[in-house]
Amino acid sequence: MTETVTLAHGAGGKQTSELIDKVFKEYFANPDLTGDDAAVLTPPKGKMAMTTDGFIVSPRFFPGGNIGKLSICGTVNDLACMGARPLYLTCSFVIEEGFPMEELRQIAQAMKDTAAECGVRIVAGDTKVAGRGQVDGVFITTTGVGEIPEEVQTSGTMARPGDVILVTRDIGRHGCTVLLSRDSYGIEAEVTSDCAPLWHLVETALEAAPHLHVIRDATRGGVGTVLYEIAGQSGVGIELDSTAVPVDPAVRGVCGLLGLEPLYLACEGTLVMIVPQEESDALLDVLRHTKYAENAARIGTVTEAYPGRVVMTTELGSRTMLPQPGNELLPRIC
Amino acid sequence: MTNQAIELLRSYDGPRFRIMEVCGTHTHEIFRQGVRNLLSPQIDLISGPGCPVCVTPVDYIDEAVMLALEHHAVICTFGDLVRIPGTKQSLAQARGNGAAVQVVYSPQDAAEYAKEHPDRQVVFLSVGFETTVPSSCIAVQNAIRWGLDNFSLLTANKTMPVAYEAMRDACDAYLYPGHVHAIIGTGLCEEMKDRGVSGVLAGFTARELVTALAVAVTKFRTGEPFFENCYPRVVKPEGNRAAVEMINRYMEPCDAQWRGLGVLPGSGLALRPEYAPFDARKKFDLPKLCGHANPACRCGDVLRGVCRPTDCKVFGTGCTPEHPVGACMVSGEGACSAWYLYGGVSL
Repeated sequence: MTETVTLAHGAGGKQTSELIDKVFKEYFANPDLTGDDAAVLTPPKGKMAMTTDGFIVSPRFFPGGNIGKLSICGTVNDLACMGARPLYLTCSFVIEEGFPMEELRQIAQAMKDTAAECGVRIVAGDTKVAGRGQVDGVFITTTGVGEIPEEVQTSGTMARPGDVILVTRDIGRHGCTVLLSRDSYGIEAEVTSDCAPLWHLVETALEAAPHLHVIRDATRGGVGTVLYEIAGQSGVGIELDSTAVPVDPAVRGVCGLLGLEPLYLACEGTLVMIVPQEESDALLDVLRHTKYAENAARIGTVTEAYPGRVVMTTELGSRTMLPQPGNELLPRIC
Repeated sequence: MTNQAIELLRSYDGPRFRIMEVCGTHTHEIFRQGVRNLLSPQIDLISGPGCPVCVTPVDYIDEAVMLALEHHAVICTFGDLVRIPGTKQSLAQARGNGAAVQVVYSPQDAAEYAKEHPDRQVVFLSVGFETTVPSSCIAVQNAIRWGLDNFSLLTANKTMPVAYEAMRDACDAYLYPGHVHAIIGTGLCEEMKDRGVSGVLAGFTARELVTALAVAVTKFRTGEPFFENCYPRVVKPEGNRAAVEMINRYMEPCDAQWRGLGVLPGSGLALRPEYAPFDARKKFDLPKLCGHANPACRCGDVLRGVCRPTDCKVFGTGCTPEHPVGACMVSGEGACSAWYLYGGVSL
């Protein structure tokens, strides 16, 4: 096999088969992934959740993960946020001509490992090769199907006054890691992405708190954006205790230097959970003994006051509004 | 210590005390930490002219647009400038009309862009105070070292001394900008005190801010002009000599136009004549432009401390961060943007 992906690999002939056999089948093999035109699957028992997401990441490899791992986590976590056990995934690749085969293998390996961790099967796929310069390296789109147990119901519309707001770990890692990896800032800090598949974490949380109202992964826009979305969807206010939000000291340091707010940095393995007050202590206790949620924290409460807004208690004990998200993250000039 | 400072600020019942936070980053931190809600009604915080993007006049945006559209230069700029309205269009709008506009994080990136694109003229929009000027100078130094003839600066850099003097009646004391004085030192603040102008130098954390404000309030009660460096961990009396030398090697004072303040003699910095090949105005022989801001916009008054952002008729209605009319609503350091982002509800 050649060392790079060529246009012939996308032309549908012998070399396409070779790419599929030697890379994708080698890593993704499972009984549902056949050589036929479509996967034939057993339908889920309960309600079904379905989602899709495209991944364009620069850089493709970053401390804590790569675009392959991210492409599985993103879709699996979206399903998990609806309380859905991920069952099947499809993945579609658009690869730039000249892309190193070894890098493609590393990406496929990460996808395999991540899918295995959360028990999801890749059942169908597609590969296109685009001419040099038409795509940036590789773009991956994954679509996922999951099964929602009968009794589970979560939604961004379900936050109620009195509910407790938790985050499952320290925030802002992925955004901070990617910013630093882009290398334009000349800052060196030991930060790794939080990128992780979170189905098992959600499964454990649902056992401890069966009436969990809202689960959201704080991806693009970070925890701050998610809180505003929920406040808007549920027509409630949110009281955030800014001193209770866990932030790694290195992330805080980088944000301080660049004038960025950790609450708006993307996470890829961090959930916001909104839970009835009476189930919150049990949930927090369980989370803290669960992988990827060891430093889970209670960060606020849902209120009737200020519907659609997030009001924050600051380290001075004063109160201020968390600015509405929306603008591009820009480092300050001076 | 912090609690004592907060109590002091809360309970102050002396004569009305107007303190101007010169620096835009201070303005935003004050809002972000909810400092305003801790102050006695007798203490008035006024946002000043210390946001480099905000004080940049409309003409400057017009010049940049002209360089991009008529001279086909690649404009490299800090992101904040892209959306500042020009007389006819912003750089963002010009981009829609074919202008090449690159957002960079430092002047250095712009010089490197020029090195990588020898077939294009690259102009870096050099705005900012003493804090950012040294890095523009380093970019020129590198351009010389690399033998680049396709890199230049469109300068609108400004320095603080003249502005302090021009604004002295707008407040009773300054909250001096920590970053600027980390470069130029504290001598100027001492001179201002001798001329009867008070101030404290503040850092940027919640504690540093309330401590500095509490010190200012305490000193103000004595009735004497005062200066206190409340940010000594970063600001040394002598400043950063290497950075100042860098500025003086490449730049010299010039008259500068400030949005709201007009032309302040000697308040700007321009490249010295020997570096004319890196001065975009000379290189492209730009005509003198006379830009016009939207007449409804009161950014000029806001920057002079004459009115609050909320006194402007278009604030929050015609002018929002998504659809800005004036510079102070665009910039992440602008007073209007801080009032808008944090001021939506009374808490």
